[in-house]
Amino acid sequence: MSLTVIKQGLQDTLQDAGRWGHQAEGINPTGAMDQYTMKVANILVGNDPVETVIEMHFPASAFLFTQPALIALAGADFAASINGEPVPYLHPIMVGKNDVLQFHKPLSGARSYLAINGGIAASEWLGSSSTNLKASIGGFAGRNLRKEDELLTCQPSIAMYMPQHEYRVLPWKADIRWPDEHTGILVLPGREWEQLTQESKENFTMTSFLITRQSDRMGYRLNNIPLHRLTNEEVVSSAVSFGTIQLLPDGRLIILTADHQTTGGYPRVAHVISAHHSKLAQYQPGDKVQFQFTNHAKAEELFLKQRQYLQQLQNACTLRLKEFLHAG
Amino acid sequence: MALTPFIYEFFALGDAAITIDLGNRIDKPLNEEIISRYYQFKQEPLTGMIEAVPAYSSLTIYYDIAAVRKKIQDGSTAFEYLRKEIERKLLRPVQTTNIEKRVVDIPVCYESEFAPDIDKLVIPKKISREEIIRIHTFSSYRVYMMGFLPGFAYMGVVDESISAPRKTQPVRTAAGSVGIAGNQTGIYPLDSPGGWQIIGRTPLELFDPGKQEFSLLRTGDEVKFYAISKDEFYQLKKNKYRR
Repeated sequence: MSLTVIKQGLQDTLQDAGRWGHQAEGINPTGAMDQYTMKVANILVGNDPVETVIEMHFPASAFLFTQPALIALAGADFAASINGEPVPYLHPIMVGKNDVLQFHKPLSGARSYLAINGGIAASEWLGSSSTNLKASIGGFAGRNLRKEDELLTCQPSIAMYMPQHEYRVLPWKADIRWPDEHTGILVLPGREWEQLTQESKENFTMTSFLITRQSDRMGYRLNNIPLHRLTNEEVVSSAVSFGTIQLLPDGRLIILTADHQTTGGYPRVAHVISAHHSKLAQYQPGDKVQFQFTNHAKAEELFLKQRQYLQQLQNACTLRLKEFLHAG
Repeated sequence: MALTPFIYEFFALGDAAITIDLGNRIDKPLNEEIISRYYQFKQEPLTGMIEAVPAYSSLTIYYDIAAVRKKIQDGSTAFEYLRKEIERKLLRPVQTTNIEKRVVDIPVCYESEFAPDIDKLVIPKKISREEIIRIHTFSSYRVYMMGFLPGFAYMGVVDESISAPRKTQPVRTAAGSVGIAGNQTGIYPLDSPGGWQIIGRTPLELFDPGKQEFSLLRTGDEVKFYAISKDEFYQLKKNKYRR
């Protein structure tokens, strides 16, 4: 055993990079909502960046470690503690047997990630361990984590070879701020963008929109000024993706996220660029989102920049961890 | 070399996917072209391609931006590079790929217990239940695409006399439910909220993640429904579990 859920969270699941390659059969990719942050958490504990992690929403689960482990927290700050003492995010942490990890308050963001060195054993389907709640498959029995679930690591954690001691926060921190000067969310125009009325087009870019409570891993419903099209032509269903912004029949918008259906028949107004998926994933109901158009060249450049930053972070963290383990 | 008779349009589905669009309509020849191109790209993947997703009249290619950009010398974007690569490939008509033609027979029990919405069609359509069943089982339907849920097949085209609009609000719908939405018909593989008008239920399992071929249906299949009684429904269900 490695860790046990001692209190059930709102919706905590095992996720990885997603189940790709089967959308043609109606299998949606799922995967961690915030891929960038999931990778940061894994990098901090020396894992493959796409190793299985626990994705948590607030209120989050509480965990009892039944064996020593090297862990890291990244993403939404839920005021974490170990044995009642506050512990920081974005640091590797050595935890010992019987240590208890808890989360107390949603301070910022929507999704928090817990990575464990050695990876979390999960049920795999079609090459991914991501939980598909609709099909009840992957992750932990295809469902949210519940009280008394026992999670194992795939490989013995390196923490097992460390001398037993009190939990310990390792002294280096990942800086996750990759160079991006944009405050809003950058988007590319969608297939039906040009069908919007001039007024609707202006509203889309000039106004910021409230993210409503009807938001989950499938998508975010926005409380926008209703937008209108110049045509009533129905859109024949076709593929959609993470970040697709659809116009619903009532004129409101929905931004599709990780658990989106593979296909959709609503007009596609715009698409959030890949480099801003992470930012999008940390918005909560009540937050406001402001869209700004960009082009492919800029979108791709930002994506590559983000990826490069992650690579540098991985190099630095690997080195620090190696030095630390060497020093014993 | 014969040029293909189709007009292809390209549009970006965000910065990591490109859609090839053959026209915004449900049409068998268009869909056949989409399916053969889907198999073409599966056999000879495009640069950086993650997967291809066929729909009624479009094919979407998901790609890894970084993998495409690695190939580029002239400073163009991954999107432009891929668009050109796809255009080149589309110039060639598909060498008739050996797509297995399958006809799938699906038993459906149309009795009231499994058909909560069938009576809703009777009045506006001025048609008897028996007529609805006769018409639904008369034609065979093409699987135009998969989507919505794992193993959910969008099939068409349903005869105008039994076509019906979607429900305004989705309701709890049982696995196996056979529904109609507009001139499409489909089967819910899982218990799910759903907006299609439910006219029957099949005892067959549409989605079984434990099987190599986890989906009973796939795009391009020809589906034929046949009516069964409630007794036969339960018999077939029982047989499945005995196996």
